[in-house]
Amino acid sequence: MGFPILSYLIFIPLAGFVAVIFLPKDRPQLIRWTSAAFSFVPFLLSIYLTYQYYFSYSGSSAMAFVEGPFGWISAINANYYLGADGISVPMLFLTGLLSFVSILASFNIVNRVKEYFAFFLLLETGMMGVFCALDFFLFYVFWEVMLVPMYFLIGVWGGPRKEYAAIKFFLYTLFGSIFMLVAILALYFSSNPHTLNMMELIQNAPGFLTHGMQLFCFAFFFIAFAIKVPVWPFHTWLPDAHVEAPTAVSVILAGVLLKMGTYGMLRVSWPMFPEAVRFFSLPIALLGLIAIIYGALVSMAQKDLKKLVAYSSVSHMGYCMLALGAWSSVTAITGCMFQMFSHGLITGALFLMVGMLYDRAHTREIAAFGGLGVKIPVYTGLMVLFSMAALGLPGMSGFVSEIMVFIGSFSFPGFKLVTALAVIGVVLTAGYMLRMVQRMFLGEFDQGKWGGLTEINVREILTVAPLALLTIVVGVYPAPLSNLMKATLENLVNLMAR
Amino acid sequence: MPDFNISILIPEIFLFIWALFIFAYDLGTKRKNPKQIGYLAMIGVVVTAILLYLFHGGITFNNMFQSDQLATFFKVIFLGAAFMAIGASSDIAVEKIRNHRGEYFGLVLLSTVGMMFLSSASELISLYVGLELTTVPLYILVAYYKDDRTSVEAGLKYLIIGAFSSAILLYGLSLLYGLTGTTDIVVMKINLSLLFLNYGKIGPGLIMAIVMVIAGIGFKLALVPFHMWAPDVYQGAPTPITALLSVGSKAAGAVAFMRIFVNGLFGFADKVMSPLDWGIIVAVLAAGGVVLGNIMALRQKNIKRMLAYSSIAQIGYVMIGMVATSDLGVASVSFYMFIYLFANMGAFTVATVFNDRTGSDSIRSYAGLSKSSPALAAFMAVFMLSLAGIPPLGGFVAKYLVFAAGIQAGYLWLVILALLMAVVSLYYYANVIKMMYFSSEASAPRIVPPFAISLVLALSVAGIIIFGLFPEPILNFALDTAKVFAF
Repeated sequence: MGFPILSYLIFIPLAGFVAVIFLPKDRPQLIRWTSAAFSFVPFLLSIYLTYQYYFSYSGSSAMAFVEGPFGWISAINANYYLGADGISVPMLFLTGLLSFVSILASFNIVNRVKEYFAFFLLLETGMMGVFCALDFFLFYVFWEVMLVPMYFLIGVWGGPRKEYAAIKFFLYTLFGSIFMLVAILALYFSSNPHTLNMMELIQNAPGFLTHGMQLFCFAFFFIAFAIKVPVWPFHTWLPDAHVEAPTAVSVILAGVLLKMGTYGMLRVSWPMFPEAVRFFSLPIALLGLIAIIYGALVSMAQKDLKKLVAYSSVSHMGYCMLALGAWSSVTAITGCMFQMFSHGLITGALFLMVGMLYDRAHTREIAAFGGLGVKIPVYTGLMVLFSMAALGLPGMSGFVSEIMVFIGSFSFPGFKLVTALAVIGVVLTAGYMLRMVQRMFLGEFDQGKWGGLTEINVREILTVAPLALLTIVVGVYPAPLSNLMKATLENLVNLMAR
Repeated sequence: MPDFNISILIPEIFLFIWALFIFAYDLGTKRKNPKQIGYLAMIGVVVTAILLYLFHGGITFNNMFQSDQLATFFKVIFLGAAFMAIGASSDIAVEKIRNHRGEYFGLVLLSTVGMMFLSSASELISLYVGLELTTVPLYILVAYYKDDRTSVEAGLKYLIIGAFSSAILLYGLSLLYGLTGTTDIVVMKINLSLLFLNYGKIGPGLIMAIVMVIAGIGFKLALVPFHMWAPDVYQGAPTPITALLSVGSKAAGAVAFMRIFVNGLFGFADKVMSPLDWGIIVAVLAAGGVVLGNIMALRQKNIKRMLAYSSIAQIGYVMIGMVATSDLGVASVSFYMFIYLFANMGAFTVATVFNDRTGSDSIRSYAGLSKSSPALAAFMAVFMLSLAGIPPLGGFVAKYLVFAAGIQAGYLWLVILALLMAVVSLYYYANVIKMMYFSSEASAPRIVPPFAISLVLALSVAGIIIFGLFPEPILNFALDTAKVFAF
């Protein structure tokens, strides 16, 4: 290759962070456009990366765009080692897209603009890094680096309970990370020669780890990843963080951060500890089932629109866990990846839509609205589109991912009942989404209360348009996306059959 | 024939003379020198560092003074701590200690000489002398605000407990001498193993010696349960002196501990050679420090008390590296103290300048600092995050090394406990950030620190970030320090 595209993806936002810090505080417009530029370049690069990967590398399961390993801290064998494959490329694309969209959607931030955009770009660096890193030390550093800007973004620009939500998010995630750190060190000292190289560990870990050690490492990694996903019962940070965070940060939280949990499982836990995955496959699927049903039921009870979307994330990520439990089915794992991708698009868009309404109405209470379809038809149309996508209407990406998850996990031995029960989740999702649409956009319109509501503007339409487009494209013609990751996922399932 | 290779003592000799010169200069100028005496002291420290670079490596006075890699590494830490403490004092030098500036800076330098001497001591008596030379000037410095009740109380408390612990330490050292017939640590190590081989066990004398030496050094390190003096003394002392206490004197204690235990009593770190296993005792004390320090720090409203408890917790982490008794363990301790120098010095320097301008040490009064003084708040946030061990800052690499050493040595329970407590610690470190950034009430005034303090802060932040991203060079030095002990 020669062109270190992954490093550019990581370090252009970091350069943006530094640049924004040195911009004058009293030029908010300059700061906004500078940040937009520094997130637009990685977005373009991520498109180019996807294109390149699709046409040149997707035939094989080997890592593409590899950089390194370059020595970094030789005393602990930490290296700078990057690479991308069919699991990380879609995530990198999603990160590039959602970061750019979120930065555009943040132009209405007026309070402490400079710090806001600086932290946002730092956040993007961390996210890109997690999806590229192939060295555990590097992976852990990026994993943690993200927490700091996220803590500030929620804590400074969040809603009324921002301080509580920010520290809860920070402590919860750090709590998970320390287990990962112990597991990383345990892996490091079990391997001979000691290594933090993920690729080597994927090849060798099942060989040198005893059964007990596999279960131990798997469990410790699982806590870290499960908190990020979040898997029930580790989900309690999510409603607080999502609801209190400013709109664009909610988008990133739901669209990218949650995926890091499932990404970590696919990248680390599943190929490295196949015995443990086989051992725990039913409990994992059951956790997924609980999340699907529980998340949907709790969503149903929400009065606040943003909370509804937040809890629907718990439910939707449950499908991923169900699919991950069915480890031997390529269809299920592909469904998991599809779900990660499409949930990022749909829920990201829903949070953007909620934010737009909140900016105008200053409330998010579902019961406060009614008949909005009369007053703001474009908004209503888009909102209905994304709600339909979220409930899995055929023709949208949500449907493709759910059907793949169900087909895959139903065919997995012993999962028939679990899958059958999980299908109830689809009905429940339809229930709360349709009820929300009905109560907010249909029915009687209160002219006196909402007469002054304005339609969304072009900038706002443009921020959600790419998400809507992709949702439909993936829904109608999913083959490119599945071809993108086919070889990698087949190889993953083979690795797990060891 | 005794060897007197005086050249390796040149840094210490120079710094000692410079301290005397500072005393004289202050008198000579009739104490009318609000700024330059601080700069003179800083210059002295820099020159000493250069001399250290030129003259290091070697043994003199029949093995009593050893300038090895470990000593040199820690001497750099001591000089850094002294440099930063002196820089941080530039504000209080103008007004608060107007009548005794020369003595103040001179005593800081003398205490530094003591630390440097201690780190080179490869023999029990010179080690003890070094330790006393470190602490005696600090007794005076802690009580330096003589009109302030808390400062005088702190000084008295430190004096009584310090003297008491020195006595215990001396008793322990004399028992070691009695058992082995030597004060040379390496000979002591050999003699103890010979004793063990001849008799199969050594008996209660060694147990008493180990317990007493742990207690004696434990007081200097503020290791739980010998930590009770720390919060009051840290709160009462002038803040730059608190910083010096928490970094310099702690690092000195860490060297003494390494020399006596990790080297001299290496064979008794586990149950193989002794009825008493000092490894497990120290591991339990480390666990106690990590738990108690972090939990007590949660409740503190005063930033200096909070940092005092945090430093009790930090020494608990350092002790994990000690009990590992391995190359990685020693390297991790050295590296940890090196990063701790920047993070803790920086945090105390912010506290100093904040106190000078607002007269307040309460964490609540930091509210809104990010709006009035964005740079100062950002620096403080970096220090807090580094102390909490968040990557990519130096504090993370330090903690990673310590935990790696702990796991390598099989102390999995201790590492998991320490990591859980690191999560707890994030709460109170983040609390400071929360005050500075999230709070809507803006009480903190705009603070423009003087040049010396800005320099100290810039050095600290640069150290934390650069050595967090590129720890390799320092880590290689730290690994060299481990070679001294030849595990």
